Order: sequence, then C-alpha cells, then structure tokens
Amino acid sequence: MFGNALFGGLLIGLAALLMLVFNGRIMGISGIVGGVFNPTTRNQLWRYFFFAGMILGGVALRAFMPQALENNLTRSNLHLVLAGVLVGWGTRLGSGCTSGHGICGVSRLSPRSLLATGIFMFFGILTVWVMNRWELVK
Amino acid sequence: MNRENLSSLFCGFLFAIGLGISGMTQPQKVVGFLDLFGSWDPSLLFVMAGAVLVYSIGYRWVKKNRKPFFTSAFLIPTNRQLDSSLMLGSALFGIGWGIAGFCPGPALTSLVGLGHSVLVFAGTMLAVMLLFEKWQSRKAIR
Repeated sequence: MFGNALFGGLLIGLAALLMLVFNGRIMGISGIVGGVFNPTTRNQLWRYFFFAGMILGGVALRAFMPQALENNLTRSNLHLVLAGVLVGWGTRLGSGCTSGHGICGVSRLSPRSLLATGIFMFFGILTVWVMNRWELVK
Repeated sequence: MNRENLSSLFCGFLFAIGLGISGMTQPQKVVGFLDLFGSWDPSLLFVMAGAVLVYSIGYRWVKKNRKPFFTSAFLIPTNRQLDSSLMLGSALFGIGWGIAGFCPGPALTSLVGLGHSVLVFAGTMLAVMLLFEKWQSRKAIR
C-alpha cells in the first residue's frame, strides 16, 4: 500500500521534472489550468495539451485501474460547491496548489512555497478535524 | 504538433498515472491523510516524499543547464514576498481540500470517471478560476 504511494509519487516527481527539463516550466496544475483563462497570457496551446494528457491518463486509469478513480466520500452538493469555490479561488490567489507549491516549490526550497504548503496542510487538517468533531459530514 | 506541446501532453499523462497509482485520486484517502487526530492514513506522505525526492535531486542537476530542451528559457518564479494573498489563498485552498478531498490535479484527472461529486467540484472550481482572472484584470484597469 505504501509501495504504491511511493511509486506513484516517484512518477509525479518525474512528470514535474520532465516538464522543467523539456519546457522550462513549473508543473503547477492550478497555474497551468487557471492560466488558460488569463487573457494576457500568450502561447496557451501547451496548457491545453497538458490538460489533454491528464484526461488521457484518466482514461487509461479508468480502463486498467478503475479502483483508482473511486470516491467513497459522501458530500452534499453544498459541500462540493463550497469546496470548489475555495479551491478555485484559493489556489489562484495563493499562486499554487499541491503540485506547484507542495512538490516543485518545496523541492526548490522556495520560502513562499514552504509557507503555502504549511498553511494549506494546517487548514486541511483543521477542517477535517472540525468536520469530524461536529459531525458536519455523514 | 511541436515538441513543447508533445512533451506537455506526455507530462500531463504521466502525472495523471502517478496520481492514480499513488491514491491521490481517491478523496477518501486524502481526507484520511488529513485526519491526523482521527484514523490517520499516512500513505500520502510517501507520495509527497517520492515526488519531492525525484524533483529535488533533478532540480539541482537541471539548474546547471543553460536552457530547457524545447523552449528558449526557464520560467521559474523569482518572487520571494511572503504576502497576504499567498497566505489567505493557501488557507482557503486548505479548507476546500479538507471539505471534499480534491485538489486541482486529481479532480481534473478524475473527470473521465464522470462521478457526480467530481463533476460538481471541478465544474465549480473551473468557473471560479475564470472569475478570478476577470477580477484580476478589472483590478489591473483601476
């Protein structure tokens, strides 16, 4: 079980590293996808190709490893919309998410990313604790 | 298709496969990892350890290159300001991550599963990312 986690992590790190070696870019998903909506960003095409690659990866997972896409959490639509708003706005305002800050930035020992990762981990842990403590989810 | 786009496609694919194998695309595992004071599932710690191991070693080697293989220059953030946007944004993201167990990469990878939860979450997230850019460009004009 930890073996899969470690192996998957190595692949994620390799993907991020190849993005840097080949294209010179940080593999941050919120930045790559959010950048599509930025009217001042030129050369957008690679962003769509990266997104298409993720979708193809999802198709391969669905075909060969369907259990990887299982979601056993029961969350109401209100929870899901609230989470979508917070993750969408928060990652763009904070200039990154788990991939850009948590992996690339932490590896580069970027002070911003180290702080961001500490903060989102802390608030993630706090949120799960609060939800369990006051039974805010089933 | 030029080489930059082809490598983007490949990296996106490899990233998604890594997410799937690691367990990151299963929100219950993410919430289990964040449930530090309950039934903690430490497995996702190994995901981060594996990814950071590869990237931190590779980054030191790549830095010695003058330029990337397929583009003209490295585009690496140089901002070192620990500003309030960074902190507030990261806090909001953490709360949302804890509520539904999705961060952007796994949510987009899981879209093809066509599950109700991921469609609602990712649809909202993308719409809000679009709104954020509108807000940013309005702020820039003023």
